[in-house]
Amino acid sequence: MAPKLPPHHPVQQSSTVSGAGQAAAHAAPRGLMRWLLTTNHKEIGSLYLIFSLSMFFIGGIFALVVRAELFQPGLQLVNPEFFNQMTTMHGLIMVFAAVMPAFTGLANWMIPLQIGAPDMALPRLNNFSFWLLPVAFTLLLSTLLMPGGGPNFGWTFYAPLSTTYAPPSTTFFILSLHIAGISSILGAINIIATILNMRAPGMRLMDMPLFCWTWLITAFLLIAVMPVLAGVITMMLMDINFGTHFFNAAGGGDPVLFQHLFWFFGHPEVYIMILPAFGIVSAIIPTFARKPLFGYASMVYATAAIAILSFLVWAHHMFVVGLPLAAELFFMYTTMIIAVPTGVKVFNWITTLFRGSITFEPPMLFALAFVVLFTIGGFSGLMLAIAPADFQYHDTYFVVAHFHYVLVPGAVFAIMAGGYYWLPKWTGHYPNVKLAQWHFWLSVIGVNLTFFPMHFAGLAGMPRRIPDYALQFADFNLVSSLGAFMFGASQLVFVAVVILCVRGGERAPAKAWEGATDLEWTVPSPAPLHTFETPPTFRPQAH
Amino acid sequence: MSGGSYYVPATSKWPILGSLALGLMMVGTGMVLVYDRGTLLMVVGILSVLAVMALWFRDVVRESRQGLYDAQMDRSFRQGMGWFIFSEVMFFGAFFAALFYIRTFALPWLDGEGAKGVAALLWPDFVASWPLMSPPDPAVVGPEQTFSPWQLPLVNTLILVGSSITLTVAHEGLKEGERATTRNWLAATLVLAVSFIIIQGVEYYEAYAHYGITLEAGIYGATFFLLTGFHGVHVIIGASILAVMLVRVLRGHFARDNHFGFEAACWYWHFVDVVWVGLFLFVYVF
Ligand code: HEM
Ligand SMILES: [Cu+2]
Repeated sequence: MAPKLPPHHPVQQSSTVSGAGQAAAHAAPRGLMRWLLTTNHKEIGSLYLIFSLSMFFIGGIFALVVRAELFQPGLQLVNPEFFNQMTTMHGLIMVFAAVMPAFTGLANWMIPLQIGAPDMALPRLNNFSFWLLPVAFTLLLSTLLMPGGGPNFGWTFYAPLSTTYAPPSTTFFILSLHIAGISSILGAINIIATILNMRAPGMRLMDMPLFCWTWLITAFLLIAVMPVLAGVITMMLMDINFGTHFFNAAGGGDPVLFQHLFWFFGHPEVYIMILPAFGIVSAIIPTFARKPLFGYASMVYATAAIAILSFLVWAHHMFVVGLPLAAELFFMYTTMIIAVPTGVKVFNWITTLFRGSITFEPPMLFALAFVVLFTIGGFSGLMLAIAPADFQYHDTYFVVAHFHYVLVPGAVFAIMAGGYYWLPKWTGHYPNVKLAQWHFWLSVIGVNLTFFPMHFAGLAGMPRRIPDYALQFADFNLVSSLGAFMFGASQLVFVAVVILCVRGGERAPAKAWEGATDLEWTVPSPAPLHTFETPPTFRPQAH
Repeated sequence: MSGGSYYVPATSKWPILGSLALGLMMVGTGMVLVYDRGTLLMVVGILSVLAVMALWFRDVVRESRQGLYDAQMDRSFRQGMGWFIFSEVMFFGAFFAALFYIRTFALPWLDGEGAKGVAALLWPDFVASWPLMSPPDPAVVGPEQTFSPWQLPLVNTLILVGSSITLTVAHEGLKEGERATTRNWLAATLVLAVSFIIIQGVEYYEAYAHYGITLEAGIYGATFFLLTGFHGVHVIIGASILAVMLVRVLRGHFARDNHFGFEAACWYWHFVDVVWVGLFLFVYVF
């Protein structure tokens, strides 16, 4: 895509800029160099979003290979080794290269605008965080071409599958994940410093839009758990290359240790992928219900509670590895408790809608679908949280259904909702409503066709991560595969909407949505390259 | 912030070059580990990472000395450094957690303790102990003997704790404007840091040459080198930072009330020190 956003407006066009902006004094590099060297939060935000969208399609193609193979029983298209590489790469790319960078991109674009800051706190570090990603994921994707193939042990890369029995390329996989991890940590540090340090005078923490709050807490989670991921993959690297026995019982180590360390990272990681989504939905629903968010403070506390609890639930992924009974019980109850703050959030969104004057613009469509479909994923999570029941559900398609409900119509829909919500601010044009509606309905139908049958297949006992299956699962899988191709194809509509919106369309005023209240709607649309070079005056509104 | 404008730094080529350098380093390292070739690539990669870091920090020092950074920038740097150290704490936390998990759960279970002790079927003769001298599988050779904590490790503990004290004296000197104090005590800190690294090197030599403690020597060797090794790397990094600080002090950098670079180096060094105390207690003593 042509690097067209944001337009490079001369500084004077911005109504909020004092004459003295220093950034204007530096002659900005042009062409490719502008994007390689940029320290501007809007340009970096666009880079993140474009990167994420590209990776979304690459990860999507991998998923479609999987679904094509599973279209009917028997082995037809790919061999099992390649099938495993596809499931693994799909998960890794979607988690680390699509969803996480999309949220970071939105954070880059919107947090400074929402708190009235001129840029991120550490702009060069920001550029570094972004450009590490293409490096990391080029390396990761290149493992597919290496002798022995790419990672084939699932996105959770359990030892000893990922150590003793792993392909040689695993070392490169580990190193690429290290780069991605550095990127996440530095990005998170930047976001925390921005939020804590750059707010407009008069804006207290409890005045911030919820997107900033959820990102503040997400950034804390990132800094806390990405190093643990770095630690565990380092131990893998040593087991593979230096003869240590961390995850090998022959030397006194323990493969289960891998799972503990991985899930201590992994569970907070799933919240890293959903908390910013909560923030986006909490911005959109009040805007289009034309009512202030119900229970602002409880939203903040619920987010914090989820974040703290997320450190205490990791072994719910390990109910069947042979934990002591006390551990099974502990992790079962802590996991169920997480549903309480999650429920608070859903309650608040619904109460915000109650008696609102609701309109159904594209962002609102996605946000409403989010509330309904994410909640389905939350309920299946509760089912999985029941340890004795999970003995049956674990490693079946029921788990796949669960996490796809929270991640696709959850995290991904929220990202798209955010995209539709803020596109007018980024491009100065409204997205094409007709096309957006097509995108929405095709996506909703596609997502449910794909993932709802997986609940049944899983409850009936279909294991996950297999290229072939028993005949009784054939109908469910056929529907899933058709739905997946429908969902995949409808994302092309999204690309069309974005490109058309960058090129033109109905012009949007500064306050693009009638009911929107946050600071970003006080700067012109499209937002000029430099905004808030002098701090804006901020008047807190009653939440 | 009375009506003033923010400081927004100019674009810089170091971030993009830094990510390319890091990519080069990782590809080179992977080549060496997996295919046993590409040493040159790895060395070039490592050198370019170091070069970019040096040049990037040089720019930051220059801008700081030109007085471009305001109080807000200073706060951003402080918070950035603080959270970075927190991430390091979590990194070591994972390694300590691994050590505790192995010692309290994994080994006793391998010995058949508890309802889940099925591993006893695999290696019925295995007896759990710490330090683990005989790993479950006889094919894995355990360490012959372990270090007494009250020799070199104790010396190193005293050195490192001492170095935190000398560094604090140096910092106090800077705050009082007594540059000679700062210079001398900082130099003393650096000497202690280097002696720590040398003693650690001697210990590693002893481990391999006489004690049979190696990376391959079962889980004891693995955790020993994981914890002390990553700590050692951090000492080397910290010592390099202190060396840069010494050079800057000699060149007359840092004001009494404005010397965050120096303070950040102190924070980092105290962090490395605290990690060592944990290591001393749980790797050597208990
Ligand atoms: C009410 C909240 C939730 C509860 C109670 C819950 C519970 C669980 C449980 C018990 C499992 C393990 C199932 C098994 O492997 O047998 C699981 C798996 C999973 N959950 Fe959730 N969950 C919740 C919300 C979420 C959210 C918000 C996300 C992400 C946005 C998420 C992502 C995942 C993923 C990715 C897995 C599978 C990991 C894998 O094995 O590959 N969950 N969940
Ligand atoms: Cu979980």
